[in-house]
Amino acid sequence: MTALSRDDVAHVAALARLSLSDEELDRYTGQLQAVLDHAADLEAFDLEGTPATAHPFADRNVVREDTPVACLDRDEVLACAPDEEDHRFSVPRIIGEAP
Amino acid sequence: MTLPNDYEMVVGLEVHTELRTATKLFCGCPNSFGEEPNTSICPVCLGLPGSLPVLNSHAVELAMAIGAALGCEIRPSSFHRKNYFYPDMPKDYQISQYDEPINVNGALELPDGSTVRIERAHIEEDTGKTTHLGESGRIHGADRSLVDYNRAGVPLVEIVSAPDITSAAQARAYAAELRSILVATGASDGRMEEGSMRVDANVSVRRVGDATLGTRCEIKNLNSLRSVQRAVEHEAIRQVALVTDGGRVVQETRHWDEGASKTVTMRSKEEAYDYRYFPEPDLLPLAPDDEWRDRVIASLPVLPAVRRVALLELLDEPTPSQRDQVLSVVELGLDGYVTTAVARGVAGALALARVANELAALENATSLDPDKVAGLLSMEQAGELPATQAKAVLAQLAAHGGDPKEIAAAMGFERLDDSALTQLVDGLIAAHPDEWGRYAEGDDKLAQFFVGQVMKLTKGQADGKAVIAELSRRR
Amino acid sequence: MTSAVQIASEVRSGQCTARSVTEAALSEVAASDGALHAFLHVDADGALAAADRVDAMVERGEDPGPLAGVPVALKDNLCTRGVPTTAASRILEGWEPPYTATVVDRLGTAGAIAIGKTNLDEFAMGSSTENSAFGPTRNPHDHTRVPGGSSGGSAAAVAAGMVALGLGSDTGGSIRQPAALCGVVGVKPTYGAVSRYGLIAFASSLDQIGPIARTVADAALCLEVIAGHDPMDSTSLREPAPSLTASLADGVDGRTVGLVRELVDGAAPDVVGRVRDAAEALERAGARVIELSVPELRLGLSAYYLIAPAEASSNLARYDGVRYGLRVPADDITAMNVATRTAGFGDEVKRRIMLGTYALSAGYYDAYYGRAQRVRTLMIRAFAAAYEQADLLLGATAPTTAFELGAKTTDPMAMYLSDVFTIPSNLSGEVAVTVPFGAGDDGLPIGVQVLGPARSEPRVFAAAAVLESGAPQ
Ligand SMILES: [Mg+2]
Ligand SMILES: [Zn+2]
Repeated sequence: MTALSRDDVAHVAALARLSLSDEELDRYTGQLQAVLDHAADLEAFDLEGTPATAHPFADRNVVREDTPVACLDRDEVLACAPDEEDHRFSVPRIIGEAP
Repeated sequence: MTLPNDYEMVVGLEVHTELRTATKLFCGCPNSFGEEPNTSICPVCLGLPGSLPVLNSHAVELAMAIGAALGCEIRPSSFHRKNYFYPDMPKDYQISQYDEPINVNGALELPDGSTVRIERAHIEEDTGKTTHLGESGRIHGADRSLVDYNRAGVPLVEIVSAPDITSAAQARAYAAELRSILVATGASDGRMEEGSMRVDANVSVRRVGDATLGTRCEIKNLNSLRSVQRAVEHEAIRQVALVTDGGRVVQETRHWDEGASKTVTMRSKEEAYDYRYFPEPDLLPLAPDDEWRDRVIASLPVLPAVRRVALLELLDEPTPSQRDQVLSVVELGLDGYVTTAVARGVAGALALARVANELAALENATSLDPDKVAGLLSMEQAGELPATQAKAVLAQLAAHGGDPKEIAAAMGFERLDDSALTQLVDGLIAAHPDEWGRYAEGDDKLAQFFVGQVMKLTKGQADGKAVIAELSRRR
Repeated sequence: MTSAVQIASEVRSGQCTARSVTEAALSEVAASDGALHAFLHVDADGALAAADRVDAMVERGEDPGPLAGVPVALKDNLCTRGVPTTAASRILEGWEPPYTATVVDRLGTAGAIAIGKTNLDEFAMGSSTENSAFGPTRNPHDHTRVPGGSSGGSAAAVAAGMVALGLGSDTGGSIRQPAALCGVVGVKPTYGAVSRYGLIAFASSLDQIGPIARTVADAALCLEVIAGHDPMDSTSLREPAPSLTASLADGVDGRTVGLVRELVDGAAPDVVGRVRDAAEALERAGARVIELSVPELRLGLSAYYLIAPAEASSNLARYDGVRYGLRVPADDITAMNVATRTAGFGDEVKRRIMLGTYALSAGYYDAYYGRAQRVRTLMIRAFAAAYEQADLLLGATAPTTAFELGAKTTDPMAMYLSDVFTIPSNLSGEVAVTVPFGAGDDGLPIGVQVLGPARSEPRVFAAAAVLESGAPQ
């Protein structure tokens, strides 16, 4: 399979909102490469026409009735919040609008 | 300002509509607008560790209803996770439908007869609401933001049109027609100003005859029909100006500034998005069987297009302005008042005029009893009430309810009997011999003079037509 | 400590009180956990209050439930309202959930007494419990060895006799492998048999909660209590859970058991020897043992280490410093997310998040995640074919006995290989139970694994009971 570059790992870390030191970048690149190399055995089997499995068992249409249930107590929830301001979760400056 | 005629615009709209369910898409929290911040939240819609989504069956039914109303094919579907970090999204992924949406390949015919194809209408969850604090109060220059998750997990259907729209007016007409369909099906309240229906427009321009599409810009969160039309118009003009100056359009997301009447670029994130869609393992596939689908389709109401035709058939030769009235009456869901009145023998033209002009102007128009309104209109039709008084009674009816006849009586709107009118006219002819003379010689303009006099003396209680009849009888 | 079955019957009949059993358990924890570090949090007050409620019910002549007074240990990735729940991660340190996991509710309703929350590899990612942010747990049989993982805390607590039952979660072997290394019974039920609501997710399509116990009967009793449909979990099986205690004595007479080459190849000789002994024990009990080869099982490890990290990378995105848990301040949201996640997650968690993010990222999805999911289909079909020939499958649980602390911490791939025999049942969503079956050359416990098709728990438990009685003493 494809060879993983240091830049790939840096890009992936950015997507995952992690920052890595140079030492970590090198180490992770090697360790992730080892896993991907092992995964090369997946190519040995012919997957032509084999569908993907997302769930062990293919059940369908699991739905609930549209009936309200009790909500959480706001104070109990906000007690866990790192930062709170007039009953809302406070976060630092947001850069950029939602996509 | 319009588009130079050697250029054309190519527009597609993405409409997000909140569904009118009792609870959220994946949890039992109330789906309600304007609650106290963070009071309609639970482990699921707050994305707490260990919580799991369970799909709301009513949301599925409303989504199917939208699909059916748009002539879509309703198909087996599944949910995916759209992964990106944003503080208004509790799980930092949105559960949405990706390559297997529940509705595909529909079409929407607009009142002018043009058709806009619908590519898909899929189910997804809404995000929370963010308030930006700091000098500006906008996202730029804010020093911090506050998040309320009451809206997080509210069910949405995203309706994506093909790029078939070729004018700003058509874009508005599409949004308007879509909104009345959403309201008619009961899927949405269509309140754009409250954000329960939000429009994004993809706009590009090209030289007339060019086969290839130009680079498009997306204008986000247009929250009124007016802004849809104006934003599309201004963006297309901006793009043409850009390319005719030898510049080129950069693909980007833009913002509509209603005050400044222009679109402005949104400061987008440094990192490029890679949503890493994959099948949502916590939800199973959604494949409504024929029985379920047919039940939803069977319960669909009569759609606006059909209702417009029904109204037009009540008019002998609809004038352009009457056609506009029919459009707005149906859009406002007031057509039932017209049909009820006509069923009670009121002329279509009169019924349409009163409903489109007077009734539509009332705050609580839809709360009036159609039979009462019909009763009032037939009084006017029978000449028991002149127009001015009929309008006054309607206002009373809207304000306090009651029976139109009693209201008219209470307001002293007694119809003048003929003998009284005869006496009045005799008196006026005696009092204004010159005017009468000129009228008698055929100067019809003076009829209005006498009508005016009668109205003055009767405080508007007389019927203008009756007065003229009396005058001409004596000429 | 006596078995859960016996404690429950004595408490129900009033022969002893839940309080006395709970106090005994708490003092046992106080005595031995200093050395083992099986617990991250001990809830003495909550436990004693629960015990008193059970005793009060007994006094009033009410039914206190099938697990009355039984002390249980909860893996710390199960949410408990008002009780710290960390998943052994700094990023959730000090978090007290505002809600309780379905399984914990069901244990409580059944009269069980939750003693505390047990240690695990951070977010259940590991096979030795050394990835805990709060320090490793030690193997009760040899304190220089690991208890296995990720449910090492629950396995050690049960093996050391601090509690009668433990709950673990098994995504790639996290119940069975530590149970085997600690010499106790561990069950990975059919996917969907036990509700995941309130289980802090690692890999949603693989995670399954199950019991860890000293006897097969105790495990059966516990699973009967926690299994069954839960409307809060869309993937929860809808049919009622089967009775297990009733079928424990069914035996294996007339059953065909497939000894699977791919589930023993590569295991240490003493482990292979014990698996063959187990096969003979089943034969003595009337089973027909055949040798099988299921080559697709060799692909399990690779498929697992793409699917599980991919789901994990998404499941762990929510730890962003906004709503709960750790926040490392920074002057914009992105910097705060990055600082928080970088400080809050440990090495292995970061490694798997990156692996999974890569496997899902543009241009690589088909080659990695997509391919792994199709291999998963092959695996499911291969198991189905094997169950055409055999009623049950037999193999090793772990390749070796418990290894030394630190032996594999620098080589992730070596650590991952500890799960090579347990992973296939997670990919297929089927039943697998590990039963202690003698010791290795080093005198440490060895477990053998019995596998069965989906929903075949009664059959698998019956075989496990046979092995338990036939195990060398
Ligand atoms: Mg969308
Ligand atoms: Zn909720």
